[in-house]
Amino acid sequence: MLFEYIAIATLIVLAVIVALIAIGLGELFGPKKKMEEKSMPYESGMTPYGPGTRRMPVRFYLIAVLFILFDIEVVFFLPWAIVFRQLGLFGLIEMAVFIAILLVGYIYAWKKGALEWE
Amino acid sequence: MTAIQIIFILSALVILGAAVMVVSTRNLVHAALYLVATLFGVAVLYAILDATFLTVVQVVVYIGAIAILFIFAIMLTRREMRDQGEQLNKGWGAAALIGLLTFGGLFMLLNNWRGVNATAAALPSGFDGVVELGTALVSTDAFVLPFEVASVLLLAALIGAVYVAGTKK
Repeated sequence: MLFEYIAIATLIVLAVIVALIAIGLGELFGPKKKMEEKSMPYESGMTPYGPGTRRMPVRFYLIAVLFILFDIEVVFFLPWAIVFRQLGLFGLIEMAVFIAILLVGYIYAWKKGALEWE
Repeated sequence: MTAIQIIFILSALVILGAAVMVVSTRNLVHAALYLVATLFGVAVLYAILDATFLTVVQVVVYIGAIAILFIFAIMLTRREMRDQGEQLNKGWGAAALIGLLTFGGLFMLLNNWRGVNATAAALPSGFDGVVELGTALVSTDAFVLPFEVASVLLLAALIGAVYVAGTKK
């Protein structure tokens, strides 16, 4: 059972090793002369001003929340879809009720223009 | 020790260490990233428990969506993403005591329970957790009511999000 995850575990370990090698080799052998110009985000570019962390528009939040909600809907759909044929008409009605309730919210979001970026 | 025990201990250490870092690091974005590490450790626990579907859901929904939402929320509410205040408040001693007592109580309770040393029964062959879950979700003797109520909850969250974050026209 856990053997099925060995591929994922190998991938994680390899990714960590590759990242460590890539950073570690440069750290070990690279010449290190600290200068003020070198620590700038864009050397020989525009001098950055202000904090690097800006506040983002709230629209991103709305998009992220909508994404999560539809993501969770899909999480409910998937186990249902796998056994759909065994469940018969009753399962279909159950899911129809589930979707119908969520459709109200979808139409509300649509009408409010939450799905548009402007 | 079996391989599963080693994996469990390693992931438990990662979960606890990352969880401590979530509350103790001063940089809020770093805290969110440590939260991702914690959630990934929990996904490993699900994998150990043979809950394949929950593992995937944990990674896709919690790490892929909810942690990203946290990072968005941090980035759009705070200009200064560092915490300058005190990290401990006055009640920390009492909280630590209660935490220790709860841990001790749970430890004693589980130590006296004979199931704690038992190995989990092997799953019957042909067992598919997703099929079981799908059947349970719409069967009247199982979770059909919570399943439908969940849609109402999702609807409330959807309308709330649009109302709070939507642009007024």
